[in-house]
Amino acid sequence: MTAATGQLPEQVEGAGQDRERRRRRARASRGDSRLAWRLILPTIVLLVVVIGYPVVYAVVKSMQLDKADAGINPSTGFFEQGGKFVGLKYYRYWFNCNCPNGTNGHEFWPSVQTTLIFTVITVAFEVVLGTMMAMVMHRAFKGRAIVRAAILVPWAIPTAVTARLWEYMFQPHGVVNSVLGTNIIWTGSVWPARWTVMLGDIWKTTPFIALLVLAGLQVIPDELYESARVDGANALQRFTAITLPLVKPALLVAVLFRVLDVLRIFDLPYILTHGANQTTTLSILAVNELRSSQNAAAALSTITFVFIFLVAFVLVKVFSVNVVQTQARTVKA
Amino acid sequence: MHYRRLLAIVVAAVLTVGVAAGCSSSKSSGGGGRGPITFVTGKDTSGVWPAIASQWNAAHPSEKVTVKQQSDQADQQHDDIVQHMQAKDPGYDIVTVDVIWTAEFAAKGWLEPLTGQYSLDTSPMLAGPVKAATYNGKLFAAPFASDGGLLYYRKDLVPTAPTTWSELISDCAKKTSGMNCYGGQFSQYEGLTCNAVESIYGAGGEVVKSDGKTPNVDTPQAAEGLNFLVNGFKQGYIAKEAITYQEEPSREAFQSGKLMFLRNWPYVYAHLTGDANSQVKDKFGVAPLPGLNGLGTSTLGGHSAAISVYSKHKATAYDFVKFIETPDIQDNQFLKVGTLAPVIKAPYSDASAIAKFPYLPTLEKSIDTAIPRPVSPFYPAITQSIETNVYQALQGSLSTEQALKNIQAGITKATDG
Repeated sequence: MTAATGQLPEQVEGAGQDRERRRRRARASRGDSRLAWRLILPTIVLLVVVIGYPVVYAVVKSMQLDKADAGINPSTGFFEQGGKFVGLKYYRYWFNCNCPNGTNGHEFWPSVQTTLIFTVITVAFEVVLGTMMAMVMHRAFKGRAIVRAAILVPWAIPTAVTARLWEYMFQPHGVVNSVLGTNIIWTGSVWPARWTVMLGDIWKTTPFIALLVLAGLQVIPDELYESARVDGANALQRFTAITLPLVKPALLVAVLFRVLDVLRIFDLPYILTHGANQTTTLSILAVNELRSSQNAAAALSTITFVFIFLVAFVLVKVFSVNVVQTQARTVKA
Repeated sequence: MHYRRLLAIVVAAVLTVGVAAGCSSSKSSGGGGRGPITFVTGKDTSGVWPAIASQWNAAHPSEKVTVKQQSDQADQQHDDIVQHMQAKDPGYDIVTVDVIWTAEFAAKGWLEPLTGQYSLDTSPMLAGPVKAATYNGKLFAAPFASDGGLLYYRKDLVPTAPTTWSELISDCAKKTSGMNCYGGQFSQYEGLTCNAVESIYGAGGEVVKSDGKTPNVDTPQAAEGLNFLVNGFKQGYIAKEAITYQEEPSREAFQSGKLMFLRNWPYVYAHLTGDANSQVKDKFGVAPLPGLNGLGTSTLGGHSAAISVYSKHKATAYDFVKFIETPDIQDNQFLKVGTLAPVIKAPYSDASAIAKFPYLPTLEKSIDTAIPRPVSPFYPAITQSIETNVYQALQGSLSTEQALKNIQAGITKATDG
């Protein structure tokens, strides 16, 4: 090898030592790997039990005939036994119902639309407001600690309580109408009702985005700003050239989490408006269907699961969301 | 790797169990027996259950009853019971069943029929509630409180109650400023179904034919009935904000003097007379519901106690059910404490009771003539069809005729399975 590559003898010895070092590292890493497995095994088992089992159970159930659809025995008046394998019957039902207005089947496509509207509008508002809040929290000023703690209060209040509070405030003679001087019946028509849900959600989760963006902001070294200021960049240029690109990974992670959260949102609209006035999301529709047919609801849950999975996949691929990559690598680049 | 293989085995095992559980059939367990029981009921807004429970517990120290209160919203109460029954929970010994759920729960095989060793003497009871608790010829639940719609009106402004809708609307000319004319329950929930079917009945329409199954709501009479509510929002004799009303907000509007006429249940009486903030204490009267050409019909409400088939202490549960049917409890607790409507006939002809609760004869008539909502195991889908379409008709986004057509199609689809 030495003759062929023309390397000096010292380099050959260096190569030998490298190989030895690599072998030692491999042995150590095998031991590390074993320890790693031991540590994460209980978690994985728990996840499989808590997540894997219900998902598989739901998929299996969604392809069986539900008792409520099995017909009524004319003599006893009881429902017949369900359980027969029916394949994709319930999936076809959701995608292609042609059901009259007022039935769950009719509400599938409207709920998809409602869920998407909620997602786009709330995440857009939250990203803008959250980034603004993070920029404020990032500066050093008197009382910053209190501001940082206070900003978390909406996130800390349980969603059920939030929903009830907003419901109370959006009453016809409630706080919101008094403050705004309006007489809107918030929970009485489509877009006002949707805005009550969206405002409640934005209020509650903007702090979440603010915190994630703040973490991203704190890794940016001050020297970059210093040198930019020396070079004569103004505030807006500093923001767009330094802050935004460097905070992008954290921001995209926050966006991904929020998008997934809103796509499956249930508690806020259910308690605030009960799903009336076109605020029924996919999860609310599944719970409503539970009242009639468990297996049809299982099919809808599976559809929702696949839908959200696809959205997450697209987001990660298209925006190269680095969920695992560290912030430091981005800054170094 | 040793651990990877172990993990793979565990994952495979858990998923197999998941598939197997999904495919297996379930067997129910029975059981007689005595012992402590749990009585499940919606939120006790009338405050009657603590006294009943302590009376029973004093007499039965080894078979104590625990009263578990659910949410105050009927839909959530229903879903809670469904979840526990689907899980075959023996912890729910007796469940409170709204009249509209009896058929559904009975058809799913969750309620113990009250025949044989659990039979109940229904002769002292009003006919309507007993019929509502009967499914396929068998009694599946013991009615303990009934309910009928009543018209509360301001007798200081309108000495005699209106008997027709047009009288009601013209009576509203006498309201003072700041008041609204008519209020009921118009939010998109079960209460809207009650108000809607009452209006339909009041014009001579029907929801299902006398066989109880075939829908017949797409008729001119039903349209006239529903238009009483639709026109209310259009012409203004129902306030725009009433679209958000449920029982409590509508009661509060009447109680604070902002409503001339209120359609609500008997429980409101206790609040109007007893609450400290009531502005209408001696100024209101109770009357039967008005209709199109004469008096209207209320829909039958009420609650029954049903024994779960999964209970392990059914004998005790049965005794408790009989206990709450006794005249003492019906009279002293349900009527006097909660102003709920008793199901036994006796209090309605008791002179002292009538002296204290002058609306009792009106209430008895309301219950006797009440028409139930469709009795069907598919009731959740039926009521959803009615609620959704009527709500959109009240908002003006759907014409009355189209709403009724949709309800007709919705009920047909629901009962076809």
